[in-house]
Amino acid sequence: MAEQKTVTFIIERQDGPKEKRYTQEFDVPYRPSLNVVAALMEIQKNPVTRDGKRVAPVVWECNCLEKVCGACMMVINGKAQQACCALIDNLKQPIHLAPARTFPVIRDLLIDRSVMFESLKRIQGWVNVDGTWDVKDAPRQNPYTAQTAYEISHCMTCGCCLEACPNVGPQSDFMGPAPIVQAYLFNLHPLGEYDKPKRLETLMQKGGITSCGNSQNCVQVCPKNIKLTTYLAQLNRDVNKQALKNIFNH
Amino acid sequence: MAKSKIVVVGGGLSGLMATLKICEAGGEVDLFSYCPVKRSHSLCAQGGINACMDTKGEHDSIYEHFDDTVYGGDFLADQTAVKGMCEAAPKLIRMFDRMGVPFTRTAEGVLDLRNFGGQKNKRTVFAGSTTGQQLLYALDEQVRKWEVKGGVTKYEFWEFIKVIKNKEGVCRGIVAQNMNSMEIKAFRADTVILATGGPGQVFGRCTASTICNGSAVSAVYQQGAHIANPEFIQIHPTAIPGSDKNRLMSEACRGEGGRIWVYKDGKPWYFLEEMFPAYGNLVPRDVASRAIYDVCVNQHLGINGENRVYLDLSHIPAEYLERKLGGILEMYSEFMGADPRKVPMEIYPSVHYSMGGIWVDRKHNTNVPGLMASGECDYQYHGANRLGANSLLSAAYSGTISGPEAMHWAKEGEKGSALTDAELEAARQECVNDFENILTMHGEENAHRLHHELGDLMNQYVTIERVNKDLDYCFEEVKKILARWNNIGVTDHSHWANQEAMFVRQLRNMILYALAITKAARMRDESRGAHFKREFPTRDDEHFLKTTIVDYDPKTEEPQITYIDFDHSLIKPRPRNYAVAKKE
Repeated sequence: MAEQKTVTFIIERQDGPKEKRYTQEFDVPYRPSLNVVAALMEIQKNPVTRDGKRVAPVVWECNCLEKVCGACMMVINGKAQQACCALIDNLKQPIHLAPARTFPVIRDLLIDRSVMFESLKRIQGWVNVDGTWDVKDAPRQNPYTAQTAYEISHCMTCGCCLEACPNVGPQSDFMGPAPIVQAYLFNLHPLGEYDKPKRLETLMQKGGITSCGNSQNCVQVCPKNIKLTTYLAQLNRDVNKQALKNIFNH
Repeated sequence: MAKSKIVVVGGGLSGLMATLKICEAGGEVDLFSYCPVKRSHSLCAQGGINACMDTKGEHDSIYEHFDDTVYGGDFLADQTAVKGMCEAAPKLIRMFDRMGVPFTRTAEGVLDLRNFGGQKNKRTVFAGSTTGQQLLYALDEQVRKWEVKGGVTKYEFWEFIKVIKNKEGVCRGIVAQNMNSMEIKAFRADTVILATGGPGQVFGRCTASTICNGSAVSAVYQQGAHIANPEFIQIHPTAIPGSDKNRLMSEACRGEGGRIWVYKDGKPWYFLEEMFPAYGNLVPRDVASRAIYDVCVNQHLGINGENRVYLDLSHIPAEYLERKLGGILEMYSEFMGADPRKVPMEIYPSVHYSMGGIWVDRKHNTNVPGLMASGECDYQYHGANRLGANSLLSAAYSGTISGPEAMHWAKEGEKGSALTDAELEAARQECVNDFENILTMHGEENAHRLHHELGDLMNQYVTIERVNKDLDYCFEEVKKILARWNNIGVTDHSHWANQEAMFVRQLRNMILYALAITKAARMRDESRGAHFKREFPTRDDEHFLKTTIVDYDPKTEEPQITYIDFDHSLIKPRPRNYAVAKKE
């Protein structure tokens, strides 16, 4: 019988937020179209390191395994990405896994991204509808604008762009590309547009768009191929226009 | 007067819809979820949401939607409930539109519609191929607005463990656990709504997210809530088989003109089109899945002798595909390394959705006073088979019913005595003890491997074709797995983000749910919708035009099956045959 092909993983672990990090290595049996989440599931079934030590299974977050929920973002061979669609066949081995340390680490590969959801509150990421009741009509929309909205609305708050951005981190309070570009989404909507000035005001404040250093890293890592830098540039223009308006209205 | 306090467990489409309705009615919501609600499983729905918009010159009607749903469900759904849902659908679409869902539009800017299975008219509103994601985000945003306004407190990364009843047997709270700190805490509530989704993980590999384990449903089943019709498990005909999960390939592929075929005598055989001339590739899911199963398993015509058939879009212009189906074609390319715009996809049926769930009345009350259920975790609306694009509808619609009813109960229900601090603490302590016991399990079994075995059994014996003696065997084997659960050994004994220990607790709930499904399937000696037995190949309305009710017997830990009547007064049951056009 041919020897079973295996894949080696070098995983950065950490037992808690304040604990020291350490690495452990695991071998996982190879199979075609194996992805990183599937490999972590194999480790759960047999949590034994390469040197034969039985350990606690690796902790990470995942839900849909279809690259739509955003949960399983981690740093794989140095790049922030979704683990569920990181196919072993496309990765250099041994495969290095680490948590996205732009965010606080809870345990192993599990991180705390609540800051992103807080930012969505700040930018008022919603259309301010009167209520869930029927008001008889919804406005027609330009199908091309709707297509742009559709593109941006794919953002799954995974945090890849924040992890890749040199301006997000303890040195600044920059909200990061994802939440800021969401402001653009709501400004596009015929009803959401009513609150456009408010959203732009927020983006003028600390941590807003002025903290963007235009490094262009975000657009390269976005797993949904959202043209983040295009919309950031557009927002920047909108913010400047709003600032001028504010001056002349005073 | 203090505001009514409602606990909503689950932040998918139904839980969020209920939450909004409660906030609007002046109530306060404690919203519990395994995950940030924006990552809930509703976002995996792809193809669309059904509503009679009638904007394609086809004279579509709400009655037609109602009839298609009842007929598609093989007459096992409560008809008054279904009628209410179909009537509300266009209003819900307008609401989502106002909230900013980026629906796909026609050149003149109105909502586009597409075809879907089991329906002759274009009735499915969609946002590309990620409709669920877009609808979920819209409600997530509105709930966030209420969070800022102060009507909602989110408990994300908290796992529901069980409900707490007062001495009169009324549900007055829950116990939940923080998934990071492992803190177990009891919460008071005037009403509790479970909106915890389906039990896909009972089958291991399925199209569901890893979080869809049915654990919460099983927990309340063990506390006296009826489960109804659990034997009706939808097998989606077109999924990409995978060892970690089967990834859904939307019915929208067929709605947009995709064809299913295999080679027969060296030539492509479009077997659905041949078997069902009236509906062709757009037969309902149970019908399509059975045909694919038959072609592969009985006729041995699967691709290269394996259980696969082709789903072919390669004849459709790439630009059109990109606009209508973009996201999922990308997914196929990414996971399978082949471009569906150029070559046919290889697919096979997979466990997808549970028509059954917690029994509820038309207002979504369970038989446990004060406890409600809504969304996929309830049994309402779909009967023996769900039509594609009716799940997003039933999820959202059920929330519009359960939310207001929760407020009604909170204000006027016979809630009995409030929970005392001692009762609250006793419930909490019981859960703490159970959890501490799990942490000290030192047996031989690995919980994840045991789960894998459970999934293999359920997939083999309780899916497309069911045989009584196999179901008997499966039931005994699942009981053995239940016994083996006691012999699990955990390697993680820590009190911080201990996913292994939480999984052990969920696994026990899954096993008990598996017994309920298997037993209900064994007892229903007929074929109806998704439930098919060759030994009893036809529908038997005389004996089984009834809702299955499953009760948990705490002494044996086994399910007890009874049957109750339901409302089928509006449309007289008639034979279901998709080879010919539907007659009303």
